[in-house]
Amino acid sequence: MASNSFKITASASTVSGPPSAREFLADSVFRAVALTCASLIILLLLFILWEVGGQALPAMLQQGLGFVTGTTWDVTREEFGVLPEIWGTLYSSLLALVLGGVFGIAIAIFLTQDFINAKLAMVFRTVVELLAAIPSVVYGLWGIYVLIPLLRPVSDWLHQQFGFIPLFGTELSGPGLAPAALVLAIMILPTVAAISVDAFRRIPYKVKEAAYGMGATRWEAILKVMLPTASSGLLAALVLGFGRALGETMALAMLIGNSNQINLSLFAPANTLASLLASNFPEAGQIEVQALMFAALVLLAITLIVNIIGLGIQQYTVRKFEGKK
Amino acid sequence: MSENNMAAAPAVRLPRLERQPLELRALKSGFLTGLTWLIAILGSVPLFSVIFMLVTQGGARLDFEALTALPPAGFELGGGFGNAIVGTLVMVAIASAISVPLGILAAIYLAVLDPYSRVAGTARFVAKTLTGFPSILAGVFTYAVLVVNFGYSALAGGVALAVLMLPTVVLAAEEAMKQVPQKMTDAAFGMGCTRSQVIWKVVLPTGLPGILTGVMLAVAGASGESAPLLFTALFSNYYISEVLEPTASLSILIYNFSAMPFDNQIELAWAASLVLVLIVLVFNILARIVGRPKV
Repeated sequence: MASNSFKITASASTVSGPPSAREFLADSVFRAVALTCASLIILLLLFILWEVGGQALPAMLQQGLGFVTGTTWDVTREEFGVLPEIWGTLYSSLLALVLGGVFGIAIAIFLTQDFINAKLAMVFRTVVELLAAIPSVVYGLWGIYVLIPLLRPVSDWLHQQFGFIPLFGTELSGPGLAPAALVLAIMILPTVAAISVDAFRRIPYKVKEAAYGMGATRWEAILKVMLPTASSGLLAALVLGFGRALGETMALAMLIGNSNQINLSLFAPANTLASLLASNFPEAGQIEVQALMFAALVLLAITLIVNIIGLGIQQYTVRKFEGKK
Repeated sequence: MSENNMAAAPAVRLPRLERQPLELRALKSGFLTGLTWLIAILGSVPLFSVIFMLVTQGGARLDFEALTALPPAGFELGGGFGNAIVGTLVMVAIASAISVPLGILAAIYLAVLDPYSRVAGTARFVAKTLTGFPSILAGVFTYAVLVVNFGYSALAGGVALAVLMLPTVVLAAEEAMKQVPQKMTDAAFGMGCTRSQVIWKVVLPTGLPGILTGVMLAVAGASGESAPLLFTALFSNYYISEVLEPTASLSILIYNFSAMPFDNQIELAWAASLVLVLIVLVFNILARIVGRPKV
């Protein structure tokens, strides 16, 4: 249809002349190649699911649902369960989300609600972007040699004073959940902040003017007008930040202690699905690789669901403010 | 006239319109403002702490030997990570060679050829989903496809990084090409160009700065990645001689050395981190420079 109308305009032009047969051929070939590449992206996701699923199949048949409820990972007895890893993944990501979410949204407010002039805002925006640019393994190294020594006295004091609360039930004997969750929070902060800044920017300026015009203080305007208006965008920021936290690997593999246990304590070592893969995959035999593929599939399923929910909320927000696209 | 009316109106008690700094709601606002400042500054502390450690710990050890020598074993002193720098650059180059052409061609389809088609909509959604894809799963996938059959290699590492770069390149290139003014493409069509001529001669050159920004950001991200390389490229203590053998990378070297009980290795891990962060930063800065509007 589109190419028909295009032919007419082209032949009507007497100065430049219609495209030659060779140009037509080149055009269709090029378009076919572009279409192939676009389809390849879709096929890539399907191929990933197919390959990982296929390799996990033997383990799925052998372990069944017991895989997600089992609590031991024993290669010699071929007994594989990832409940502690699922728990550790969700628990550490949730802790990181609480901390990273509060900081990310607060920084987004700080950057968009006229707290600082444009120059200073540039500085803080660069700081947040640099936080995102630092590689995961560098955060891991920093966590081992800066954060853990810093946290240890705090955790010991908390354990001695409030040891009866399960949250502080153990001491930090090296790597553990608290340093891992802290680093994770730092790592998702830029994601949350960037999407939240977008959400605040999308609010029409007159909404803010109206609030100030009614005599609201700055924080009355923020809390009662800006936050509720931006709420769906902020929710998307939190969900996508959570998705980021779930899949983060290296820093966690270095900081969380890789211990197969379910413990409420912030200072106990734990494990996550991603760091289980990172630490066991390189030396795994065939049977364990199949079980690890199954674990990868579980991680894939969790992150895909969380990300699709987040993207859905984000799309809804864009539609709400800009009409259907 | 209006002044008369104002004067004649019955006396209405006006609210106090001047600022009341000690009123509860003003105090609350001031308190929250202070809290926000505190959070913004606290949020920047980790960055400065990381930079401080990189400069003091890593900078102290960074010399010619560290940049060129091979990694030391066990109790050995000295050594460096020259092979890891080369390995990282080679694998990022392989990943770019795969993902950049593929990504830009896909973006052409999404942005120019058929933006509202079903394929485009699905591909766009998949690309967005893949940006949040855990990087280790790219490693698992490559392991299943390549490593199982051909063993650990720089090629497998490059493919795993390409899987991660692809969505970033696609989305950035699409965004850049959408910014090309309709007038320009219309003018080109009016001159009798075929669609691919319009793309090659108008859309791509005009959108190039934005596309390059996306590519540079993807490269920056890929050079810092370690999870996908863990069990695709593995590690090697020697310089790379062909792409089908296990290959060292800076990030894996940092990971391996960070857990070692030797001071020498830990110092080298910091120095390697400094180099890695500098590589990532160079690409980030390049992204900003090429993305700056030319006019």
